[in-house]
Amino acid sequence: MNKVFKSAAEAIFDVENNATIMLGGFGLCGIPENLIAALVQRGSKNLTCISNNAGVDDFGIGLLLKTRQVKKMISSYVGENAEFERQLLNGELEVDLIPQGTLAERCRAAGAGIPAFYTPAGVGTEVARNKEKKVFNGKTYLMELAFDSDFAFIKAWKGDTLGNLIYRGTARNFNPMMAAAGKITIVEVEELVPAGSIDPNIIHTPSIYVDRIFEGSNYEKRIEKITTQ
Amino acid sequence: MGLTKFEIAQRISQELKNGYYVNLGIGIPTLVANYIPKKISVILQSENGLLGMGPFPDKNNVDPDLINAGKETVTTLSGSSLFNSAESFAMIRGGRVNLTVLGAMEVSQNGDIANWKIPGKMVKGMGGAMDLVASAKNIIVAMMHTNKKGESKLLKECSLPITGIECVKKIVTNLAVIDVENGKFILKERAPGISVSEIIEATEGELIVAEKVTEIKV
Repeated sequence: MNKVFKSAAEAIFDVENNATIMLGGFGLCGIPENLIAALVQRGSKNLTCISNNAGVDDFGIGLLLKTRQVKKMISSYVGENAEFERQLLNGELEVDLIPQGTLAERCRAAGAGIPAFYTPAGVGTEVARNKEKKVFNGKTYLMELAFDSDFAFIKAWKGDTLGNLIYRGTARNFNPMMAAAGKITIVEVEELVPAGSIDPNIIHTPSIYVDRIFEGSNYEKRIEKITTQ
Repeated sequence: MGLTKFEIAQRISQELKNGYYVNLGIGIPTLVANYIPKKISVILQSENGLLGMGPFPDKNNVDPDLINAGKETVTTLSGSSLFNSAESFAMIRGGRVNLTVLGAMEVSQNGDIANWKIPGKMVKGMGGAMDLVASAKNIIVAMMHTNKKGESKLLKECSLPITGIECVKKIVTNLAVIDVENGKFILKERAPGISVSEIIEATEGELIVAEKVTEIKV
């Protein structure tokens, strides 16, 4: 069994037009930088991207928007990206905005073999349109469906050659649920170590979810808002 | 006129109790962290996956892997923990977060809140706000009493797309502290130098003046 690839470009060899891709990250924190750059190079078009945010104009998913590779974004918050807002208001980009907890749970459900679940988020709002509602113990809930995604692009801090992963800080965010949810899960790590060299007690994502892994390079790890005392 | 945004945050900090887990939204709510009374212990939850959020780092300790839900660099405090987004919203929907403080564009007298979208103008998304307002036991709104055009933000019904229904319990504005009870606004406290009639004038929704309206102390 060999899951290790040399580079991002090689690891995404089968990402074609019209693919649905989950991308980990919150803002620019914990995003798969190398995979996004490789996808820009590859030029796959009409993509549906599931990610909490849409990057900024010149980094993260913003790079895929600039090259017009994205047909549809599924996100919870897309501020701070002028190109995104321009494409959206001009009707050039489809956007599905959904509550952040629902986004996380739709990823989790997809990875856990649960086709749908009920959540109170969005009841009485436009998010509830055309959704099945059900009352449990006097409170109304919406039925939400698990995502169906061809690929998951994941960024972890450290990983081993089998695909066991550890995340760092708040760069964990959506990565673990998306890793479990992708039909093909491709992971970039800052440090790739031999299998067996990570203490099993501290592994966040077990190797079973990971199909491909490589050590990324030239990490910029850009900070969206450097705020100091 | 009335309280500054810092004084609004300071007034809200008086609602904190020892042992509370608190989620602070972006804007004025974030400022509440600066006024947590020294004699109590409050743990801040950041929905991107951190319990025990600390202050902003100094220049030499900025970490790109450690941000808050507003994407600003932060620090962890002793006793903090890190987790994924599904777990973060499990604790929110599961009712473990004791208090949520949010900004708003509009609040209605039955406690509906609108703070995520202006059709045709602003399309940023709801982030975690819809999950928070659907589940939080106690929601306080921090906002200015009127918008930039001078129109009331405390309405009979929200005109903007709403974020959640019948969820706001208390509103602290630059003019007043107002509770939401049984589908009405109740005026409880007024800002120094602001009269009750000025608050009535600035409130479009139905406002009941409590028997005793005290002056806000900050």
